[in-house]
Amino acid sequence: MRKVLPLALVLVFALVGCQQRQASQPAQQVTLTIESWRNDDLTVWQDTILPAFMKKYPNIKVVFAPTAPTEYNAALNAKLEGGTGGDLITCRPFDASLALFNKGYLAPLNDLAGMEHFGDVARSGWITDDGQTVFCVPMASVIHGFIYNGDVFKQLGLSEPKTEAEFLAALDKIKQSGSVAPLAIGTADQWEAATMGFQNIGPNYWKGEEGRQALIRGEQKFTDPQYVSVWQQLAKWRPYLPSGFQAQKYPDSQNLFTLGKAAIYPAGSWEIALFRRQAQFEMGAFTPPLPAGATDCYISDHVDIAIGMNAKTTHPQEARTFLEWVTGAEFAELYSNGLPGFFTLSNHKITLQDPLAQTFINWRDKCKTTIRNSYQLLSRGEPNLENELWRVSAEVMKGALPPAQAARQVQTGLDKWYKPKQ
Amino acid sequence: MEATGGRGATGSLPHRMGTRRPFPAHILVFIAPAVAIYTVFMVFPLFDSLRLSLYAPQGGGSVFAGLGNYVRLLTDPLYAPRFWGAVRHNLVFFAVHMLVQNPIGLILAVALSSRGLRGRAVYRTLLFMPTVLSFVIVGFIWQLILSPLWGVGEGMMRLAGLGGYFRPWLGMEGPALVTLSLISVWQFVGVPMLLFHAALLAIPDEFIEAARVDGASGWMTFWRIVFPLILPTVGVVAILTYVGNFNAFDLIYTVQGALAGPNFSTDILGTLFYRTFFGFQLQLGNPTMGATISGAMFALIMAGVLLYVFVWQRRVQVYEL
Repeated sequence: MRKVLPLALVLVFALVGCQQRQASQPAQQVTLTIESWRNDDLTVWQDTILPAFMKKYPNIKVVFAPTAPTEYNAALNAKLEGGTGGDLITCRPFDASLALFNKGYLAPLNDLAGMEHFGDVARSGWITDDGQTVFCVPMASVIHGFIYNGDVFKQLGLSEPKTEAEFLAALDKIKQSGSVAPLAIGTADQWEAATMGFQNIGPNYWKGEEGRQALIRGEQKFTDPQYVSVWQQLAKWRPYLPSGFQAQKYPDSQNLFTLGKAAIYPAGSWEIALFRRQAQFEMGAFTPPLPAGATDCYISDHVDIAIGMNAKTTHPQEARTFLEWVTGAEFAELYSNGLPGFFTLSNHKITLQDPLAQTFINWRDKCKTTIRNSYQLLSRGEPNLENELWRVSAEVMKGALPPAQAARQVQTGLDKWYKPKQ
Repeated sequence: MEATGGRGATGSLPHRMGTRRPFPAHILVFIAPAVAIYTVFMVFPLFDSLRLSLYAPQGGGSVFAGLGNYVRLLTDPLYAPRFWGAVRHNLVFFAVHMLVQNPIGLILAVALSSRGLRGRAVYRTLLFMPTVLSFVIVGFIWQLILSPLWGVGEGMMRLAGLGGYFRPWLGMEGPALVTLSLISVWQFVGVPMLLFHAALLAIPDEFIEAARVDGASGWMTFWRIVFPLILPTVGVVAILTYVGNFNAFDLIYTVQGALAGPNFSTDILGTLFYRTFFGFQLQLGNPTMGATISGAMFALIMAGVLLYVFVWQRRVQVYEL
């Protein structure tokens, strides 16, 4: 007991000291909390992004408080219903956030200064169906393309293919060399075939936004040639897939590529950080190769993450100040560099330290951008369009389903519930 | 493990009671906690889920729809093929367990209870070990073994001269379900083995010795003496397998994901329920249709259990040992 007493006294004094120090801080300091599912990004927010903001606005303290990605939607809903949600809310794209806005949990942000830095594609993920009200500030997108093993390309004397003919010729050459698998993609998890296959090369065929909007208006159908040919092209990949690709899962594909056992990886830019850590070779990236006869290139620059304001926050002024800062160039630069592979959706010119990430973002200057065509409006009913695209794309890649039939199945499913608004 | 032992229903109860004793009230005290917990966590959710299946969402709320959801599940061109497909896959899953798991379990049990076997406890423990492993571990181990990229499966088959027969089974529409069923058999073969083993131990040695004295061969002894005596256990094992298989979900979900690929070829009622109730990726959850599927599962399992209780248990002869 005698030994414990001094220790307890020290503790008590320490606690009192802390309290006194807190009390001596400026009284008007306000604390904002950010709700997010990105607990992977915690260090970037804590060490880089938020200190930069708080240096500029010392009277606002911002806390990044993430939950696990799988629990985020449910946890956030419960918090908002109970009135305990954070002041700033990280927004999932499309229907999940739209539902929050419709319930009155997210504040409209049309008049926020700085929103003019975001184009229509960037806003599309967080806008009401009538296109009138934006309710989140777009933060970042992911870009699709192909990442390749530079050492293998050098060894075989290959250059980045620009057309589909060149792409297939390159795959042929890699296959003949026999040392590595030409393409690292499998069909076991299904979503890669749709996301890294169909949505990756597709925009070149349906002309990006033009085709996506036409699908929503009902003027184009999946049975049109510009969609069927995407599946035809995917079917041509089959000879170049690793043997046993039917049971190959997403992590298998990642490992195949980073271990240097595959030459080309149909990718999303979110892989960059992981590949940087694991791959021991030079990496490069090229845009989806152009189909015969095409001159303009289109890329999928898919909106992924945004941030909005809790409509019931007790500090709306400070929350808006933070959001205005998020629209600025400083945030764009810090975020895109802190998380290579996630690119700012604003029109600020930024430079990235990671050359591979810089390659991806440069494509925005030469190609037109679009988002995945199944995400807005078209996946609200059953059968779910996104799930159907996963299934048929994997089947087409395996050769179990002819492309024309895949197109028919998808369109029939969509027609069952979707009524285009003219 | 809801099924109770097979003997209770046919075992003879002493009906003749001497004097009428007052109802022992203290029994209520002992039963009450179990009844309360069971009611709160099992009975109430079950009936509430059945109630939910009678409603359909409309506008912001929901309206009473009678059996409309069940009609939709069985006839709608969207739901019916998935539902019947899942039922068919469940039956295949069950058939593989009945044809492979339970016979192997019986053989292992007979081998374990043979006299003169050394290290019985070691074998028993080893064979039962996979059962106590988590589904996630079992799914992961077998995915790795069968992986065409890094798996040891292909190499081992090549050693046996069967390398040419290796295929990426888990990714192929035909073999995927059977492969998964066999993985599940590997995991759970210990359960029928232990049940049969216990039943075999209960058979007095005199019966078998008497048969041998009478000149019966080992084969004949098994089929004429041993098997009829463990028949009640065969019923218990069958119904446990049925209930377990129709409630299966974890293994398929860990190995093939909620979409139960390739092309829904491994989709069983559990995964169909999960996708429908909780939603998947961009597909939003539909609690009422999900409850309808779980209602259908309940009906199917109930039908199997009733069949067991009223047909099998009444017919099967139980010998007093």
